Amino acid sequence: MSAQTARIRFESLRRSPGRRHALVYVTLSLLVVVFGIGSVSFPGFASGQVALNLLVDNAYLIVLAVGMTFVILSGGLDLSVGAVVGLTTVTAAALLRAHWDPTVVILIVLASGAALGLIVGLVIHFFDIQPFVATLIAMFFARGLCYVISPDSVSISNPFFTTMAQTHIPVGPRLTINPSVIIALIAVAAGFVVLQYTRTGRTVYAIGNGGESARLMGLPVVRTRILVYAVSGFCAALAGVLFTFYTLSGYSLTGVGMELDAIAAVVIGGTVLTGGSGYVLGSVLGVLVLGTVNTIISFNGTLSSWWTKIIAGALLLLFVLLQRLVIGRARR
Amino acid sequence: MRRLLGIRLIWPIVILVGLLVLNVIIEPSFFTVRVQDGHLFGSLIDILRNGSPTLLVALGMTLVIATRGIDLSVGAIVAIAGAVACSILAASPNPGSVSTVIGAVAAAIGVALVLGAWNGMLVAVVGVQPIVATLILMTAGRGVAMLITQGQIITVSSAPYKVIGAGYWIGLPASILIAAVMFALAAVFTRKTALGMLIESVGVNPEASRLAGVPVRAIVWSAYLFSALCAGVAGIMISSNVTAADSNNAGLWIELDAILAVVIGGTSFTGGRYSLAGTLVGAFIIQTLTTTAYTIGVTPGVMLVFKAIVVATVCLLQSPAFRATALRLLRSLRRKPVAEGGVAS
Amino acid sequence: MSNRVGEASPIVEMTDITVTFPGVTALDRVSFRMFPGEVHSLMGENGAGKSTLIKTLTGVHRPDSGTIMLDGARLHISGPRQAQDAGVSTVYQEVNLLSSLTIAENIMLGRESRKGPLIDWRATRARAAELLAELDLDVDPASTLGDHSLAVQQLVAIARAIGIRAKVLILDEPTSSLDADEVADLFRVIRHLKKRGVAILFVSHFLDQVYEIADRLTVLRNGELVGEYRTEDILQIELVNKMIGSEYAGLDDVARSGYVATAGADTDPLIRATGLGRRGGIAPFDLTAREGEVVGLAGLLGSGRTELARLLGAIDKADAGSLHVAGYHKSARTPRAALRRRIAYSSENRRDEGIIDALSIRDNIVLALQADRGWFRRISRRRQNELAMSYIHALNIRPADPDVLVKDLSGGNQQKVLLARWLAIAPHLLILDEPTRGIDIGAKAEIQRLVIDLADNGMAVIFISAELEEVLRMSNRVVVMRDREKVADLVNDGVTAAQVMTMIASGEVS
Repeated sequence: MSAQTARIRFESLRRSPGRRHALVYVTLSLLVVVFGIGSVSFPGFASGQVALNLLVDNAYLIVLAVGMTFVILSGGLDLSVGAVVGLTTVTAAALLRAHWDPTVVILIVLASGAALGLIVGLVIHFFDIQPFVATLIAMFFARGLCYVISPDSVSISNPFFTTMAQTHIPVGPRLTINPSVIIALIAVAAGFVVLQYTRTGRTVYAIGNGGESARLMGLPVVRTRILVYAVSGFCAALAGVLFTFYTLSGYSLTGVGMELDAIAAVVIGGTVLTGGSGYVLGSVLGVLVLGTVNTIISFNGTLSSWWTKIIAGALLLLFVLLQRLVIGRARR
Repeated sequence: MRRLLGIRLIWPIVILVGLLVLNVIIEPSFFTVRVQDGHLFGSLIDILRNGSPTLLVALGMTLVIATRGIDLSVGAIVAIAGAVACSILAASPNPGSVSTVIGAVAAAIGVALVLGAWNGMLVAVVGVQPIVATLILMTAGRGVAMLITQGQIITVSSAPYKVIGAGYWIGLPASILIAAVMFALAAVFTRKTALGMLIESVGVNPEASRLAGVPVRAIVWSAYLFSALCAGVAGIMISSNVTAADSNNAGLWIELDAILAVVIGGTSFTGGRYSLAGTLVGAFIIQTLTTTAYTIGVTPGVMLVFKAIVVATVCLLQSPAFRATALRLLRSLRRKPVAEGGVAS
Repeated sequence: MSNRVGEASPIVEMTDITVTFPGVTALDRVSFRMFPGEVHSLMGENGAGKSTLIKTLTGVHRPDSGTIMLDGARLHISGPRQAQDAGVSTVYQEVNLLSSLTIAENIMLGRESRKGPLIDWRATRARAAELLAELDLDVDPASTLGDHSLAVQQLVAIARAIGIRAKVLILDEPTSSLDADEVADLFRVIRHLKKRGVAILFVSHFLDQVYEIADRLTVLRNGELVGEYRTEDILQIELVNKMIGSEYAGLDDVARSGYVATAGADTDPLIRATGLGRRGGIAPFDLTAREGEVVGLAGLLGSGRTELARLLGAIDKADAGSLHVAGYHKSARTPRAALRRRIAYSSENRRDEGIIDALSIRDNIVLALQADRGWFRRISRRRQNELAMSYIHALNIRPADPDVLVKDLSGGNQQKVLLARWLAIAPHLLILDEPTRGIDIGAKAEIQRLVIDLADNGMAVIFISAELEEVLRMSNRVVVMRDREKVADLVNDGVTAAQVMTMIASGEVS
């Protein structure tokens, strides 16, 4: 592509806000590129199981990203999700150790996550507190509860959980996934259906595009804005459940920094940070990009895992700048 | 402004006094300060010394919040500063020499300033939301700090370096002096020059300020620069206290303590009105709380929950919508007893 | 009010509506009615009460007294949703749709066709296509709204309104950003809606268009009803007179008589704008101003007066032309640069671009002066107080306490504080955009007297006001604006309001 063509393409991208969904194609290309880098750098990288492991290892992050997509689409931000994940693992571990029924335990933690999100949403809307302040406070509150419930790691030995952790579901010749992946994909499907095929989902987009316009168009803005945080809380709790399947333990330091991963995945996946446009499927791609980077680093073995954080930060920056260039001038 | 601040500072001061009294009740020797080898010791001194890094970070955070922004990257900058200084010292042939220490510290501060300039550029020039801009550094920053220390905890043995965080000058702990000097400088700069008013103006109404000829971009940029500087100094203090750089834990949660101190002190998130004195009181309250907690034996978890509740309460009280709802509830509650056939009073 | 025999009964009947806000009566016993299948235009200057009336009809404001009947039933609405359910739909000047969604989505948002709980996109798109076809709008329903021109977006908004089965359609300044072809398209659609029996409220300040499309006119001024007329019964010039005619007899003694045309005619102009213009704002214009001259900008709302003023004050960046200030080589491009050249712009939007409400009177007054001195050299507290007190006295600002926060002041006093800020830097050119809007008569007279004093002492002033009498009384020169263009630059040697109004109404310079 010559510089001239690139400039023209860029200009048309800039002029048409509708081309925002083209950002998702950028993410897809990025995923292909990163996976390509891995494949040429390491033998055995370009295998089906490696690709499937992306899903297996990051099932929890996919669910988290689904919830975060809802919040960011509506123009907000939820910094508490990592802490809620931690709280979920700790609570689940504690209750299971006290021999509570696993189904009940899962229902309790899911309900708690949703409830916390609901409260945060109510406070944000009715008392006019900025989302980042309210969710920051919720984050420290939840994290504190983690330490209170159990400062040390508690292992989970409940048979239901261990089954979920160790089951392998064959999907092809020598290719397997686990139940968490199924759950994560169901969450993605649900998110997709709600956002694209229900009036509530369309209202979420409308709010992110201009809450005032949405209100003037007669949409149920209040109800939806609050609902969005409840959804995020629920997803965080679900992600926590998946994480307990993954680690079979509850640890109070779980999830530190996870909200940043979720936000990075959503932004890299093409959702505009100021809200109003983006796709759940894009967020999944974002998670896969981060997952691939992580996989490359672990294949390498010599690079510290902190490089993932740095690269995540750099990608986040790149996409934020990209988004600003494409829509920044128009908005102002 | 003075009138307004006077009223607002009452509550934080009352809380602080209350906490101090509580401490004296628990430990009667709380206020005693003894002199040993020409240095001051005591619980109060400990509070002041341990609270110095938090005070510094809160200082920078105050000005950033005053411009309607936020700096979430301070924890990462604390870690990076310590990592840079210790790495240089560890790699130098003579870590104990004063000139090496000065060089290491200068380099660390320099790096912090560069990071601050980076944040400032994203917010003031590119126009990224402050929370996102500083979130990027918060994400990547700790990773960078870990890289610098190669994932290890770097320990150095350097007497001059240790002085910064753990040593004494003219009888007082050095960190208290450093924090006091920076606080004084900030106070002088904002009170004696026009900066204070210009910052407030930018925070309350950036567009009207622009039309009045206020250099809005430069002011916002400088706020982030200053915040990073404060975080850098705090980072050196923390690392020098243990003469080591622990990139994993240095400055962890310090942004919460800083935001807490700022909010308790009366500065509002919506920008504009700010109070350095309020932040000072707020920082002391936070540190006293932490010390009290350790004395009583409260676990870190409960501390975190308690701090969250306190910030939540202060934020709610600052929200006009909340105050209106609360007043309405109180009024309706007060009216109830009359309904039971008694004489209306 | 004329009501021909055989006319249908009104579908909207607002009777004796009074709406007050703290300190201001926005509407005073105003009656207004709309008939189905008719275009009714609401006329009046800024502050006349048009938007308040519309907001009362759409439920944003609740009237203190009076009744609103819609289709024979009393109307009780409290927000946009209920207004839409009742059949009142509004298309705003900024369109207020969602530009990153598709046209079909925008038309059907909130009322998408459903199969069970899920949206049936095919049916939704089909319905949207139906509505577009009805308006003869040839656009792809699956295309993104933001890709289209504002004209198309407006028509989409109207399609949405039809979809909601609106009985009353309010079009708020729909033609401000449209070219002639697009206006013709819009009018075609409006005529179609008329045939369907929709009552249309057309708010616009473009007189030609109003005369072309409206059947009935209602004029408001200062919150009062001036009258309701059928378009064919009133001439444009009469209409303009009713909109901005004279009324404040008490202010006649404040005049610039005697200081006419001699103001520094042979000196070099203080500022010279050459071909200065901004796309979408104002066509390129030339303008000069001399020391001691008061240049008044006359024109209706939307004629471009504020855009001109903002370019002169370097608040907005010009696309074309240059602005030269005597003694400086380079053009001023930012507010800071303009202020350094001693050009001060006082915004008409006091609240968002003027006062810093959480700061004190003193801080607000010294702000520009301090910004000019730089951040380091602080004006001493004593001097700040002296300055503040001297302006408080000179402008009669109440309460006379420099520590009071500006947000606690009345509109008039806030305006005076803002004025004091600019006066404090001793400008050579002071651009005042609607300095007397929304303030009581006493304060108005004070400010007018002040402006004249300043000019007498050598300051150049550019003065914008919606009240033509005021402009004529105060100016040495009158610049007439129409439809974002400067059409005339007259020396004020006895120019009458009638002459100016004719120019505004017809665009002809006599």
